[in-house]
Amino acid sequence: MDPSGRWNLHVRDEERLLAEAAEYRGESLWQDAWRRLKRDRTAFWSMIFLAVFVALSLFAPLLPLPSPIALDLKAEPQPPVWTELGNRGFDYTFETDDDYKLAYWDLYWHDKRLVDVRKAVFGDWQTGRWFGTDSKGRDLLSRIVWGSRTSIWVAFAATLCSLVIGVTYGAFSGLIGGRVDNLMMRIVDVLYSIPFIFVVIFILTFLSEPRQDLETESLVDKGWVFFIVIGAIYWLTMARVVRGQVLSLKNSEFIEAARAVGASTARILFVHVVPNVLSVVIVYLTLTIPAIMLFEAFLSFLGLGIEPPKVSWGLLAVDGTDAINPIRTFWWLVVFPAGAMGSTLLALNFLGDGLRDALDPKLRGKH
Amino acid sequence: MSALLEVEDLHKHFPVGKRGLFGRPASWLRAVDGVSFTLERGESLGLVGESGCGKSTTARTVIGLQRATSGSVRLDGAELTHMTRAELQAYRQRMQMIFQDPYASLDPRQTVGSILTEPLIIHGIGRSRERKLRALALLDAVGLNPRHVNRYPHEFSGGQRQRIGIARALALEPDLILCDEPVSALDVSIQAQIVNLLKELQERFGLAYLFIAHDLAVVRQLCHRVAVMYLGRVVETAPRDDLYRDPKHPYTRALLSAVPVPDPRVEETRERIVLEGDVPNPSDPPTGCSFHPRCPERGNVPGDRCAVEIPALEELGARRLRACHLEADDGPRS
Amino acid sequence: MALLDVRDLSVRFETHQGTVRAVERVSFRLERGETLGIVGESGSGKSVTCLAILGLIPSPPGVVESGAVDFDGRDLLKLSAAELRHVRGNEISMIFQDPMTSLNPLLTVARQLTEVLEIHEGVSHREARKRAAAALGDVGIPHPEARLDAYPHELSGGMRQRAMIAMALLCEPVVLFADEPTTALDVTIQAQILELMGELQRKRGTAIVLITHDLGVVAGMADRVHVMYAGRLVETGTTHALFAAPQHPYTRGLLESVPTLTGDPDAELHSIDGQPPDLAALPSGCAFAPRCELVVDGCRSAVPPLEPVPGADPAAGDRRAACFEVKP
Repeated sequence: MDPSGRWNLHVRDEERLLAEAAEYRGESLWQDAWRRLKRDRTAFWSMIFLAVFVALSLFAPLLPLPSPIALDLKAEPQPPVWTELGNRGFDYTFETDDDYKLAYWDLYWHDKRLVDVRKAVFGDWQTGRWFGTDSKGRDLLSRIVWGSRTSIWVAFAATLCSLVIGVTYGAFSGLIGGRVDNLMMRIVDVLYSIPFIFVVIFILTFLSEPRQDLETESLVDKGWVFFIVIGAIYWLTMARVVRGQVLSLKNSEFIEAARAVGASTARILFVHVVPNVLSVVIVYLTLTIPAIMLFEAFLSFLGLGIEPPKVSWGLLAVDGTDAINPIRTFWWLVVFPAGAMGSTLLALNFLGDGLRDALDPKLRGKH
Repeated sequence: MSALLEVEDLHKHFPVGKRGLFGRPASWLRAVDGVSFTLERGESLGLVGESGCGKSTTARTVIGLQRATSGSVRLDGAELTHMTRAELQAYRQRMQMIFQDPYASLDPRQTVGSILTEPLIIHGIGRSRERKLRALALLDAVGLNPRHVNRYPHEFSGGQRQRIGIARALALEPDLILCDEPVSALDVSIQAQIVNLLKELQERFGLAYLFIAHDLAVVRQLCHRVAVMYLGRVVETAPRDDLYRDPKHPYTRALLSAVPVPDPRVEETRERIVLEGDVPNPSDPPTGCSFHPRCPERGNVPGDRCAVEIPALEELGARRLRACHLEADDGPRS
Repeated sequence: MALLDVRDLSVRFETHQGTVRAVERVSFRLERGETLGIVGESGSGKSVTCLAILGLIPSPPGVVESGAVDFDGRDLLKLSAAELRHVRGNEISMIFQDPMTSLNPLLTVARQLTEVLEIHEGVSHREARKRAAAALGDVGIPHPEARLDAYPHELSGGMRQRAMIAMALLCEPVVLFADEPTTALDVTIQAQILELMGELQRKRGTAIVLITHDLGVVAGMADRVHVMYAGRLVETGTTHALFAAPQHPYTRGLLESVPTLTGDPDAELHSIDGQPPDLAALPSGCAFAPRCELVVDGCRSAVPPLEPVPGADPAAGDRRAACFEVKP
C-alpha cells in the first residue's frame, strides 16, 4: 500500500513540522516519576546511600581493606581505633592462584584482577581498626564490606530470579485467562500452602552433603544454589501481583484498541502490558529485596546459608550474638553489622515508599 | 452490490456464575440476542439504548473483540465470524473503533506518535519516516497541532485525547468506524466539537459510522438511521427524521420523551412518559416481549400476547422496522 | 432572610502542579423551598462549592481560604466538626452522583437508614425500622419491607439512588444538596428520579441545590440558575430569564452547543473553541477570554465582576453577569 494512502493525507511543510516537533518533546511517565522521585528527599538520599553501598560492595577488592579472614588468635576482640588512619600490614603477594586464598577465599577471576589493581595502587597499605576486630582478630570493617557483597548479591540475584519467573508466569497466566489461568493459579496456591522455611532448610541440609563432592568437580556453586532456592520461593507473590495487574489491564480500553487494530498477543504483552505493569513490579521489588536479605541472614544464622570462610551479614550477626556476654560487652561486634544491615533495609523501604508515590499516576494530577 | 456491513441474527451470550473450580456456568447472560441490521457505505447508523441493552457488546462482537456465539457479520459480503486471526487481519484495516473513555483508551506510556503509527506498523504500511509523516497529517486532520506528535496522552485534555483516539481510528483509512459512546465522557462544549469533527470527517473521507450512544440528541445530530435496542434486541429501526417525528415502538416513545429539553418553557408544559420499574436483568429476561412489564401501552394489545409471544422485527412502511404486537396505527402520536 | 447565604467563598487546593484555585469568591443565596441550579462543566468548581459549604473539603490539600456560609443564624464554616455533623444529615442532606460510593456496601439498607434516625432523633429500633420502610415507600421503591434487608449491591442503579434519596430525606432536612444526582443513570430512570425529587419537594418544601452539567435537567427542575466557569460565577438569573436571554458569552455558547431534539440536525453544532482552562495556571483576566468570541483587550487584564445586567426585567430575579461586553 502506498504510504500516503488513498486519502492522500498530508500537511504542508511536513519536514519543518517534524523538525519543530522535536522541540515539543513530551515528558513520559517514567521521566515524570524520576523527576518526582528526585524531589522526594528521603527517597532520593536513600537511593544515593544504596548506590554508594552497592558500589562499595562491588569494588570491595579494590579498597585498601585488611584481609577479611586473617586470623589473630591470641587477641580477643579489639575495640575500634579512630586515631590511626592505616598501616602497612597488608603483606600478601599474589603470584599463584592459591595466594589469593590466603588473604581471601576462592575468588572469581575478575575479583582477582581487582585485587591485583589494589596491590599495584596501594601496595601493602591498609586501613586501621576503624570498626574494631572480632573474636578471632579479623577486621570488622573489611568483613562488613565483604559481607555486604554476599548479602546484596544474594538479594539481587534471588530477586532477579523471582522477577523473571514471577513476571513471566503471572503475565502469561493473566493474559491467556480461562482454564489455563485457573490451572496455573491453583498451582501457585498449592505451592503457597507449603511451609517454605522447612522446605528450604530441608533442601539446604540435603544439598550440603553431596554438595561438597560436586563442588570439587566444580559442578554446583553453593552460592547459586542458594540464590535459586530463595528466588524460587519469592516468585509466587510476584506472579500473583503481576497477574492481578494484567487482569485489570487486559480489559482496559487501550488494550482493546490495540486488539482492534490487529496487534498480536506478543505485541500487546511486550508493548502495552509489561511497561504498564512494570511500575507495580518495581515497587514490589523494593519490598522483596529486604525480605530476601533478612531471609539470607536468618539462614546463615541457622548455619544453613553462606559458609565460612566466606562472610555475610547473617554470619556477622551470629558472631555478634556470640560476643554478647554479661562480663564484657564487645558492642562494636553488634552495632556495626546491625547498623549496616538496618540502614540498608531502611533505605530500601524509604526508596520503595518514594517509588510508590512517584509511580502512582493518581498523584500526578490529571494532566 | 451488497451493503458495507450486514449483521444478521447476531447472538453473544456470556457465562454467569460457575460451579466449582472448572465447572460449567450456572446460566447464560444473553447480552446480544438476535440483532440484525445493515449499514451502507458513507452512512451512519445510530445504535441507541440504555445501559445493559447490549449495544456496546454488539459493536465489540462486530469488530471481533469478542467471538459471536452465533449469527453472521459480513463486511462487503465477506463473512467475518468464521475467519481465523490471519484472515481477519486484512478486514481489520477497513473497520476501526473509537472508544468511550479518552483517559483509558490511550496507552499512557506511549507518545502520540507511537499510538498513531502502531496500526501502520502492525499492518506493515510505509517506512518509519513515512509513518511519522502520516502521524503528522492525521493530527492535522483531527484538528490537533502536529508539532505535539512527541507528547504523551496525559499532557492533553479529555477532548484532545478523544481527537487522538479518532486519529488512530483513521490511520488505516477504514471504510467503517465503530464509535462506542465517543462523546458521553466529555463536557458539553467539547462534545459539540467532537460531533462536528466526526461529521466533517465523514463527509471528507466517505466514512460509515456505527454510532453507539445513549444520548438521543447526539445521535440525531450525527446519524442517518437509528436502531433502538432493548435488552439485547433491536425493537425499532427507522430513518432519523421518521423516528424522531413519529416513533412507533412504545419504548422509543418513552425514551424520546424522557430526554430533558434545555428550555424551561418546554419542560413546564410537556408530558413525560415515565416508565415504571427498572430494566430487567438480562440473565433472566421476562417472557414474551422483554419490554412488556414496563410497557405503558400493553393494555392496547388483546389477551396476554405480549407476555407470551416474542414480537418479530417487521416491516412498517418505507425502511422502517418495529418489533411490537401493537396494531401499526395504535398508540398516540407525539 | 435567606435560608442559606453564601458569601465570598474561596477554596484552593495545594497540589504537585501548584495552587489550584477551585472556587473564587462565590456568593449566592438560597430561599426556602426553591430549587437553585448550579451549572458548569468539569473543573468549574460547582462540586467543590457544595463540599465546602458542607465542610467536606479534604484538608490537605484543600483550604477554604475565605467566606462565610450563613445558615439559620450560624456560620457553617466556623462550626466544630461535631456541630457540623449534626447539621449535616439533620438539617442539610446531600445526595451524590454515584450512590454506590455513598452507601456502605457491608450494611443492609435498613441498617444505614435506621442508623441516621437512631443517631439524630434517638428513636427506638422498631420505630426507626418502621419509618425507614415508610421512607423507602415514599421514594417509590416497591415492597419496601422486603427491600429493607437488601445490601446495596442487590439493588439496581435507580433503586440505589432512590434509597440514597430516602436516606437524605429521612430527617426531613430543610436543604438538600444534589450533586449530579442523575448523571450515572439511564434516561428513563433519570426521568423517574427527577419526577420523584420534584414531587417530594412540593410535598415537603425542601430547598434543593441542584448541581449538574446537564442543562436539560436544570431547565426542568430549577427555579433559578447560577452558571460557573473556572471557579467563578459568571451568570445568575431565574431559569426562564437565563434560558430565554443568556447574557454571558459562555452561557450562550453552552446553550447553543447542546444538541436538542428540536434543532436542525443537519446544521453544524455551535461549539466553543479551545479547551477548558488549567485551574493551576489561570489567565490574568477573564478565564473565558481565550475561548470567547467577544473578547476585547480589557478582558485579558482584569477579571470582570459579577454585576447586575443593565436593563434586565425585575421579574427576572437577581439577574447578573460577569462580562465587560454585556450591554443593555
